[in-house]
Amino acid sequence: MVNFSKPTAFFFALLTGCANPSRTTDSLYQQLGATAGLEQLVDGVLVEIERDQQIVHHFKDTDIVRFRRLLIEQLCQLSGGPCQYTGATMQESHTGFAITPADFDNLVNHFIKVMSAQQIPVTTQNALLAKLAPMYSDVINR
Amino acid sequence: MTTLGYLPFSLLLSLLVFYSSSAIAGSKVIGTGGATTIEGSAGGGIVPWAVVNGYASSGQWSVTGFSNQVGVDDFRLNTLGAGFSYGNQIEVSLTKQTFALDTLGGDLRQTIVGVKYHVAGELLYTEMPQISLGAQWKKHQNFDLPKAVGARDDQGVDWYVAASKVWLDAVAGRNLLLNATVRATKANQTGLLGFGSATDNSYQLMTELSAAVLLTPHWAVGAEFRQKPNQLAFADEEHWRDVFGAWFINKNVSLVGGYVDLGAIAGLPKQQGYYLALEATW
Ligand code: HEM
Repeated sequence: MVNFSKPTAFFFALLTGCANPSRTTDSLYQQLGATAGLEQLVDGVLVEIERDQQIVHHFKDTDIVRFRRLLIEQLCQLSGGPCQYTGATMQESHTGFAITPADFDNLVNHFIKVMSAQQIPVTTQNALLAKLAPMYSDVINR
Repeated sequence: MTTLGYLPFSLLLSLLVFYSSSAIAGSKVIGTGGATTIEGSAGGGIVPWAVVNGYASSGQWSVTGFSNQVGVDDFRLNTLGAGFSYGNQIEVSLTKQTFALDTLGGDLRQTIVGVKYHVAGELLYTEMPQISLGAQWKKHQNFDLPKAVGARDDQGVDWYVAASKVWLDAVAGRNLLLNATVRATKANQTGLLGFGSATDNSYQLMTELSAAVLLTPHWAVGAEFRQKPNQLAFADEEHWRDVFGAWFINKNVSLVGGYVDLGAIAGLPKQQGYYLALEATW
């Protein structure tokens, strides 16, 4: 996934002569507002899930407090923050739910909507989405 | 009988209801249905991509209406068409093209039926690019001129395979779409000058490329290249190029504007000008 993006970004930086320092994964966590920002993001996404008739049924037996804690942990770790994700693997935790590609699209739309509403810059949004996208195959149709 | 009379009305009504609320569009992420090409397939402006038109994700269906206009020095192309897709898997489209010969006089018209099937990969999510197979059946409507300049047939089928992929966070934090399409065709000037020639009735393999940077979820800028065959003896046919900006206003409406270089057409050199596309999707 990133194989191509690094050289491209580098090439573009050369072209534009812009001294864009390469963003480390550590600063993605900062750009997302550290733990407080991630909590706000996850809470926003939980509200969207609750309103989404297409996907909310998947969560009818879910311990939401635990799910919230694990999702924050996971996003924290993914974005290079000082956390250790303690939940199950994506494949384990989504098996048996038969989550469809449309369900996955909906969740991605919720993330984009909430990040935009919380004034997170497009480039930061893309960096987080780039971490989530590869989970697609572990999450759907299981 | 009554149900038949009721059907178009209810269809129209449900379209309007859908239209009034963009929240009821399909699940796909905005922009991922692409725009619609002059031949009616989802893609850029002149190159069909592996993307499926509209916003229907798994288990959903989508309807698209579109109109494109190209204005170059001596010619104008107008298209009008509709598309249907199901499950982000299959797309069908019907397109009417009218090519006005502003300098030469008269016009050329063809009808195109397109089919596209998404066979592998997911544009945004998988390492493997999204791959689709497509066909465009083209039927010329007033074949006298193409016949007079040496075209063999008034109809033909283009076959293509397209690979498209979005790299998230690829160019200064923006998302990058790349597409490559290989087309087998007998068409002269996409079929507007008929198919094959007196001496040659074989398929030609053509390469078509697109690149676009998604500046925001709603705005993209890009460029395309379309290799063209050169079969008719009476005049050279040249490769096509364009640069474009696309505005996905919401999941129901998108607008594309661009600049095209179509090379020489029917002996008239340096055909350059504007490209416009309007699309409505439910
Ligand atoms: C990249 C996208 C996704 C991420 C990062 C993600 C993350 C997580 C995490 C961290 C957990 C908790 C794991 C655990 O309990 O140990 C979880 C559970 C769950 N996820 Fe996802 N998920 C994603 C996509 C989806 C989608 C698209 C759906 C359905 C619409 C979904 C439905 C669920 C459900 C229902 C549970 C709870 C399972 C249970 O109650 O045991 N997830 N997810």
